[in-house]
Amino acid sequence: MSEPKTTNVEVRVPSRLGFEKVAMSTAASVARLMGFREDRIEDLKTAVAEACINAIEHGNRLNEKLNVEVILSAGPDALEVKVMDDGKGLIRQPGKQTAPDIDRKMRGEEDARGLGMFLIQSLVDEAEWVAGANGNSSYVRLVIRLDKNAE
Amino acid sequence: MQNETKARVEQLTSPAGHPVAILRFEGDIASTSKEAVLGTFQALPGGTGLVLLDFTRVDYINSSGIALVIQLLIEATNAGQKVCAFGLSPHFVKVFTMVGIPKYAGIFPTQAEALAGL
Repeated sequence: MSEPKTTNVEVRVPSRLGFEKVAMSTAASVARLMGFREDRIEDLKTAVAEACINAIEHGNRLNEKLNVEVILSAGPDALEVKVMDDGKGLIRQPGKQTAPDIDRKMRGEEDARGLGMFLIQSLVDEAEWVAGANGNSSYVRLVIRLDKNAE
Repeated sequence: MQNETKARVEQLTSPAGHPVAILRFEGDIASTSKEAVLGTFQALPGGTGLVLLDFTRVDYINSSGIALVIQLLIEATNAGQKVCAFGLSPHFVKVFTMVGIPKYAGIFPTQAEALAGL
C-alpha cells in the first residue's frame, strides 16, 4: 500500500512588514488547489499572515537580512504550515488564548494590540509554537483540515 | 509592500436628519495605516457625532489594523461619538466579532443599512 502523498511548497520572504502577504497568497493558492472552502481559506490567510508578522517583528526583530521561511505541506486531509524565523521562540508553549477583553481595551487597561496569537489559535485547527534547539530557528506550526463533509 | 491606506471623508445627513461623517478607506489596514485611520478621524470637524467607517474597498486587515480601529473607537467613545462600520467581508465581520468590536460599533453590510441603524 502506498503512503499518502504530501506535496511541499516553500516560500522565503524578507523580514519586512507587508511581505507576509506573499506567504498568505501562496497559502491561499495551495489551499484552493486542495479544495478548501473559501471561508476556510480566509481563516488560513489571516492565521498565516499573523504568524509571519510575529516572525518578522518578534522573531527576526525586523532585521531585513534575515528571512522568514514558510513551508506548506499539503496532505490528503490537511494543510500544515510551518513559519520559521531566527528568533529564540517562546519560552513555553502558550495556552489557549482567551478572547480579548474589549471592555478592558476600551478603558485603556489593556493594550489595543496583541490580538495575533488569539486570531491564529481561533482560526486554524492546530497551532503549536516550537522553540529552536540552539536558541534560534523557532517556528510556529499550523494545521487546517479539509472538512469534506461540509462540501 | 503594503498597499497604502487611503482615506477620504464624506459628509451626509442620516435619515433622522443628523450630520454623519463617512470615512472611506481603501487599501490595506495595517500598522502603517495610523495616519489614514486615526489621523483622518482626528481631523473630523468638531461636533461630528455620528461616524461611519466604510471598508468596502479594503481587502486586507491584520491585527495591527484592528488595533487601530479599536483606538479609533476609544477616542470616539471618549468624545461621545457613535461609530458604525459597513462593507466588511464576511471573514472580517467574523474577525471583528471575535475581538468584541460590535459591542462598541454596529457592523452592517451596506451604507444604507448603517445609516438606518444610526
